Amino acid sequence: MDFDKELDARGLSCPLPILKTKKSLNELTSGQVLKVVATDPGSIKDMQAFATQTGNPLLSSAEENKTYVFYLKKK
Amino acid sequence: MATLTEKMPLVATDAALDRAISERIDRLLDQRLEAKLAELKAARTPSMTIIATKGTLDWGYPPFILASTASALGWDVSIFFTFYGLELLKKDLRKLKVSPLGNPAMPMKMPMGPAWFRSIQWNIPNAVQSLIPAYEAFATKMMKKTIKKSGVADLAELRGLCIEAGVNLIACQMTVDLFGYKREQFIPEVKDYVGAATFLPMAKDADVSLFI
Repeated sequence: MDFDKELDARGLSCPLPILKTKKSLNELTSGQVLKVVATDPGSIKDMQAFATQTGNPLLSSAEENKTYVFYLKKK
Repeated sequence: MATLTEKMPLVATDAALDRAISERIDRLLDQRLEAKLAELKAARTPSMTIIATKGTLDWGYPPFILASTASALGWDVSIFFTFYGLELLKKDLRKLKVSPLGNPAMPMKMPMGPAWFRSIQWNIPNAVQSLIPAYEAFATKMMKKTIKKSGVADLAELRGLCIEAGVNLIACQMTVDLFGYKREQFIPEVKDYVGAATFLPMAKDADVSLFI
């Protein structure tokens, strides 16, 4: 998937992945896509909740080898 | 309140018309009210207030983690720091300590070494703990190391993120006076120094109010 910015949140635990995602999204313009890579297993549910609460759609969420990759679109 | 008949004598002298209009309004109200309430609910910004009363390293985390996360979700958040919670507003958070003494819930595991070593739970009785010099300093050091290793944020970093996110940090003026503190000892970003009577109305209107 295409993306406009990548955030490496590997090695960070709750709530850092979400907080940094919020910060990164602030730097994008509406419609742009942020790719987030994380290792925190809690981040799967957290990203889902973040997307629902803030209205920034979670385009996809995948796991490869204990690493989680998320694509979020700025609303 | 004047009835339709009193307000519009010419039109509403007809009682049947009056009744028809009332019934129509009632029906419309039922339909519109639900839609309007849902609209208002969706447009509302959720809010949270937290009263932080503890000043040790372990208790410093809950208020800042909850506040920063709620902020990231778009909520309005205010934290009222009172009693030992004021320690969390001091300039240097590295001074915060944690004590295992009388703290039976604290896991006592070493953060370094091979896996089998790290899984040992060192249950040291209080009577022994209180005799060992620098025990608290050691426990604090181990806790900080554990936190760092697991990728959890440093407390000062979390506080910084809260400030950036617009969380309102409010100090209890009474406690400042009680413990003889000066405002210069606290970070400049403290929004205000107030009393309970000022803070409670904020808590009343918040969706979530927590006491930590």
